[in-house]
Amino acid sequence: MDLAIQANQKIDVQKVREDFPVLHQKVNGSPLVYFDNAASTQKPKQVIEAISNYYKYEHSNIHRGVHTLSLKATEKYENARGKVQAFLNAPKPEEIIFTKGTTGSINLVANGFTTLLKPGDEIIISYLEHHSNIVPWQMLCERTGAILKVIPMNEAGELIYAEYEKLLSRKTKLVAVNHVSNALGTINPIQQIINQAHQYGAAVLIDGAQSVSHFKVDVQALNADFYVFSAHKLYGPTGVGILFGKEEWLNKLPPYQGGGDMIKTVTFEKTTYNELPHKFEAGTPNIAGGIGLGAAVDYIETLGVNNVGAWEDELLHYAVDKMKTLGTVRFYGTAKNKAAVISFLLDGCHPYDVGALLDQQGIAVRTGHHCTQPIMDWYKIPGTLRASFSFYNTKEEIDKFIIALERAQKMLL
Amino acid sequence: MTIKEKEEEVIEEFSFFEDWMAKYEYIIDLGKNLNGYPPEQKTPENIIKGCQSQVWLHAYMDGEKLIYKADSDALISKGLISLLVGVLSDQTPADILSNKLKFIEEIGLNEHLSPNRSNGLSSMIKTMKAYAIAFSK
Ligand SMILES: Cc1ncc(COP(=O)(O)O)c(C=O)c1O
Repeated sequence: MDLAIQANQKIDVQKVREDFPVLHQKVNGSPLVYFDNAASTQKPKQVIEAISNYYKYEHSNIHRGVHTLSLKATEKYENARGKVQAFLNAPKPEEIIFTKGTTGSINLVANGFTTLLKPGDEIIISYLEHHSNIVPWQMLCERTGAILKVIPMNEAGELIYAEYEKLLSRKTKLVAVNHVSNALGTINPIQQIINQAHQYGAAVLIDGAQSVSHFKVDVQALNADFYVFSAHKLYGPTGVGILFGKEEWLNKLPPYQGGGDMIKTVTFEKTTYNELPHKFEAGTPNIAGGIGLGAAVDYIETLGVNNVGAWEDELLHYAVDKMKTLGTVRFYGTAKNKAAVISFLLDGCHPYDVGALLDQQGIAVRTGHHCTQPIMDWYKIPGTLRASFSFYNTKEEIDKFIIALERAQKMLL
Repeated sequence: MTIKEKEEEVIEEFSFFEDWMAKYEYIIDLGKNLNGYPPEQKTPENIIKGCQSQVWLHAYMDGEKLIYKADSDALISKGLISLLVGVLSDQTPADILSNKLKFIEEIGLNEHLSPNRSNGLSSMIKTMKAYAIAFSK
């Protein structure tokens, strides 16, 4: 990535690998090489211990009791919210909503917009979106009569900015794009996208599922109206995610689900809703998940997210150069600004065959359409192989990957 | 040859392989050598559901015997369906339905193919048996 990643400290890979118990195992007889980080990252023991300690010593329901354990659990959970707030540089803790994940966050916003849209209003998404950032908007359009518009992409897998400018109008009410494409690794020019949408008074939601683990995100500098991500792609637990929303926007949206915690007063005639963030957090939440996410944020902040990104960037370039020497690799997604994701095919080989043979050699990559069927349709391919790197990956692992690819290819051709 | 005898042949064949790569190599070779799928049968309706890659299966009766033809865009799937076609094709529907296939477990395909693939394998068998039911009426 050629963005402004300024590393001031090189990651000590061997040392950080010690933090990840899962990495030290054999798969099909070979040491595991885990290159499926864009699907989900592994968990450091700091996160695992935070969750296990919570269940061992601190568990209680939150926001409800006056007893000591409940107060402690509440404090831990709210501390985690504060950590996420600082991590994103959000102005206020109440602008950080805990959800189930990126998908949960997007659905919350899409549901909320039901009351704000009228027939003929327009929502802009992009060709590069994950199904999670397509389907909720299609459903919203069906509910409201709004129209979905799509920013096209070019051969390199970059959004065609001029086309975006043409799509924008006074009818545009919302723009939802990802910061980094999970299928191709493209880093989108979201600062420009946000600024331009704001000129038309449209709100902007950024799907940050693939970005927060790779480089520093500052929602105030970006001026994003909504920014969402999943804990499990940031070294945290599954089943928890974040919706950052500007207070003014969150206040405009009606509650998503009804239940405990989200109310102020309930009578059978009328219920009044609680303030932010509780208005959007009905029911007993994933307390351990929130605390685990807090630990994950601590972990990545200690390493320095830009240091992490710089090492992943080095791995990306190292891998691409090595793969080019094979002479048979077709790359999909060759954007100038790119995160450590390599989508590719081997000439003459089906991705499932290659994926299965890599797995036999202990190497985990993703095969398929990566929940981005429109991108695959654009290239007229059924899917790709995708290797995606984390800071705990090494150049030696990439060397093994290259050898394994050569072997797979020899078997298949 | 009966289904049982054909299964024994396959089990014997696989017993020579020392490691998993060798088994895969053999399956891939089977895939490469599976020909003769009628192009006009490469229809969406003939695609077996539940496989990660596209696998086509076509079946018809030749006298008393049920004949299977198959193809796939991925070689490993093609090799797997080739194994199944080798064992089950050219048998009567009644025999196909009454035989509980044991070779898949015996050659370790169950454990060693990733869950998605073994799902594919079970979808293949299910579809083949469904044809046998249809043709035995
Ligand atoms: C860009 C992007 N958006 C959304 C998602 C959905 O995330 P989750 O399944 O954690 O809700 C993913 C995960 O695959 C993703 O990569």
